[in-house]
Amino acid sequence: MSGYVLQRLLQAALVMVAMSAIVFVGVYAIGNPVDIVIPPEATQDIRAATIARLGLDLPLWQQYLIFVRNLFDGDLGRSFIYNEPVLSLIAGRLPATLELVLLSVLSATVFGIALGVYAGYRPDSVLAKAIMAVSVLGFSVPTFWIGLILILTFAVNLGWLPAGGRGQTVDLLGVAWSFPTLDGLKHLVLPAVNLALFKFAMMIRLARAGTREVMLSDTIKFARAAGIRESTILRRHLLKLISIPIITVFGLELGSTLAFAVVTETIFSWPGVGKLIIDSIAVLDRPVMVAYLLLTTLLFVIINLTVDLLFALIDPRIRARGAA
Amino acid sequence: MAALEVDNLVTEFDTANGVLRAVDGVSFTLAPGQITGLVGESGSGKTVTGFSLLGLVDAPGRIVSGSIRLGGTELVGRPETELRRRRGAEIAMIFQDPIATLNPLLAIGAQMRMALEAHRSVSRREANARCIEVLDQVGIPEPRARLGSYPHELSGGMRQRVAIAIALLHGPAVIVADEPTTALDVSIQAQILHRMRMLADETGSAVLWISHDLATVSGLASRLLVMYAGRIVEFGNTAEVLRDPRHPYTRGLIDSLPGTVAAGEPLRQIPGGAPSLSALPPGCAFAPRCPHADVDCAKPVELHERGERGWRCIHPLGPERSDPFA
Amino acid sequence: MSAPVSPLARFWAEFRRSPVAVAALLVVVVTSLLAIFAPWVAPQDPYDLTTLSLLDARREPGFVGSGGYAHLLGTDPQGRDLLSAILYGMRISLQIGLAAGTVALFLGTTIGILAAYARGWVETVLMRIVDLQLSFPAILLALVLVALLGQGKAQLITALVAAQYAYFARTAYGAATAERRKDYVEAALATPLSGRRVAFFHLLPNCLPPLIVVATVQIANSISLEATLSFLGLGLPVTEPSLGMLISNGFPYMMSGRYWISVYPGIALIVLIVAINLVGDRVRDQFNPRLRR
Repeated sequence: MSGYVLQRLLQAALVMVAMSAIVFVGVYAIGNPVDIVIPPEATQDIRAATIARLGLDLPLWQQYLIFVRNLFDGDLGRSFIYNEPVLSLIAGRLPATLELVLLSVLSATVFGIALGVYAGYRPDSVLAKAIMAVSVLGFSVPTFWIGLILILTFAVNLGWLPAGGRGQTVDLLGVAWSFPTLDGLKHLVLPAVNLALFKFAMMIRLARAGTREVMLSDTIKFARAAGIRESTILRRHLLKLISIPIITVFGLELGSTLAFAVVTETIFSWPGVGKLIIDSIAVLDRPVMVAYLLLTTLLFVIINLTVDLLFALIDPRIRARGAA
Repeated sequence: MAALEVDNLVTEFDTANGVLRAVDGVSFTLAPGQITGLVGESGSGKTVTGFSLLGLVDAPGRIVSGSIRLGGTELVGRPETELRRRRGAEIAMIFQDPIATLNPLLAIGAQMRMALEAHRSVSRREANARCIEVLDQVGIPEPRARLGSYPHELSGGMRQRVAIAIALLHGPAVIVADEPTTALDVSIQAQILHRMRMLADETGSAVLWISHDLATVSGLASRLLVMYAGRIVEFGNTAEVLRDPRHPYTRGLIDSLPGTVAAGEPLRQIPGGAPSLSALPPGCAFAPRCPHADVDCAKPVELHERGERGWRCIHPLGPERSDPFA
Repeated sequence: MSAPVSPLARFWAEFRRSPVAVAALLVVVVTSLLAIFAPWVAPQDPYDLTTLSLLDARREPGFVGSGGYAHLLGTDPQGRDLLSAILYGMRISLQIGLAAGTVALFLGTTIGILAAYARGWVETVLMRIVDLQLSFPAILLALVLVALLGQGKAQLITALVAAQYAYFARTAYGAATAERRKDYVEAALATPLSGRRVAFFHLLPNCLPPLIVVATVQIANSISLEATLSFLGLGLPVTEPSLGMLISNGFPYMMSGRYWISVYPGIALIVLIVAINLVGDRVRDQFNPRLRR
């Protein structure tokens, strides 16, 4: 088991190194970053000074090494546009995104699995068919469109909820969170629902497919033949057996949700990291782009690692293989 | 008293191709401590018969008519809650492939305890004790250690022994075994068969051994039921049926066993294939493949019973008829 | 015995049994035809700036514009007939979706089958890259690539392909590996037939069913992704408005009640994507042997 963990950690580290190099090269190698920072009419002196200040005259690999060294110092560079350290820029907006993403993911998973299992257990019932119809919509309809409709319905036409922005915040552990306040929650609802819908639909479909397959399997038949109560079968056989495919996709989709937060934050003017990256891409604010991509990669790596470890916990066959 | 009495059982499936009658008026009795073999090809309805006994026929199938009396109590038509209470406790089932029937994510002990606690409330210690007892009964070495093992850590033969052990937990009056050794190596098969014989004698449970393999069944069962296209076409004492088969299908089955042919000779086969249930001929289902068939065979054929023997044929083989397929 | 039926006929007979799937297929076919024949069907050419008049801008559905005909779905901020813009937009969406999907299919399948066939370090390296990419969300990858490569159809398709080929690769790899282990492949490899022929004629046909399923999903995804990128302003240039861009153009006007500018293109987009997904769903259910009772 420890061999398995070690192996996975090593892989994770390798991935981080590879990604940092790829990201850095990719972002810095294209085009001339100087042109964004200084106006075209600037004199050669200013141009040279800016290049020297931002270290853009050094060969790429040197820039990369400096970058890595700075990384370990906690210095991710300064944004070209905001002229602020990238780290503080991102750190300031991260809680908003985290709040949104966590709320979405949790609600999507809990409700999605519950509905999906029901739909898989009683596939011919009216409720099940309705659930599946809704899931097709949630799955196919692009996130930005759902956001628009939500705003149109709940903010413009019904006026129940605000159309954008973050609500009142409260300081917890030195960080500003908005969910503890009622106003904050009101602002959270629409973007959270928007973000959650895709994952919700996916969880429903997964849980349903897994449930149908498992319920038709010999394991369930054998358990029934032994006279075990249906509720016990659902609890101890079904849930465990569908957890593996669900966790696989959960991990993948968590990353995807983080990415789609970009869209939701844009539509709802949510002051999170996602909006930051869109703006940065539009103006090619490279340090911010690089930092964001690295941060995202780190998050993915952590998520994948956690998923792998969860697998080993649930499935004894993986534990056995890993120890070999 | 008979452990199980089945009378005119009919099980049908509602499919896109129409209503298929998988079990067509099957009747038999199982006596305590006796092993009865139910033999037939795939599609003969033998597995559906087994599931019908436990009330586990999945939609779109259902028991249409007939009676199944377990220890005198009628099972057909009873509500699911009542059937569930008897399943595992009074009538148990063993499946073909234990790697599919045992949950790979749970330890053996956990799965056995689940089966035990379904009908009895026991403490953890009592449960483990009973589990160890049955594991020992089926011949698993170091049973206490095995409780913590996972299915993938055991060999095929071991897993099947565990499945048998689970069936024995409550000392059921009837055990239905559906092709339990088909997925195992021949040498392991022999061990399991031997063990089953011992268990039937020890526990007094009636065993219905369902199989397509006449060779294994004939070594194990004292009584034989031969099934074809959902109907029982011959039954009786195993030795008698094998020595002196009356139904041409039974004769064909016996003859297709490799042991009946001299080395170097071609193996004998029954010509034709198993009939599709949606296109059964009127009258005798075997008629299209039978060399003796005549016009009269197109009329429904009753089961001729003579004491403990019976056959469903109006031109039965006898001492006066020689091998029809020679 | 009835005459042998071709697999395609069998497939179609089974497919026909689901009214929803057939309806969805019909929708896909109709929209595709409309999109292909848009230049002939649309009342106005939305790219032809000479036919546009700002006086017609932001008008409600049914308004009779300076062109002399009724704008069935209203007009957009540039005075374009929304119906025509939608038809042309669907054309672009389908073009890009199909192009990206097809290229990703070929690229991914080749990689997957190559990895499964070659084994050894080639297999490990290729699949590691694919796995890495699978764990990276498509939208992020597409965003970054579009940002780096600039705007334009080819660049967009490249970004979409890069974001999606990994699904095909993994599917093809999985199917090919399972097939590779089967005896008939070993037997074929033992003959003088070259390895490539084996891969092509034996492995490939058996990998097709899951690939077809992934293809339908990915085409829908490409369309959705392209719309999202266009909505964010990072997709196609303004001169070739795809449905996503039309929707984003109309976003500011939603608050003031001029909802049609965004809503109608949106509905067109949704209908297309949902229809493709429904067809894909049905195809997947049909190919899944474990769900057959």
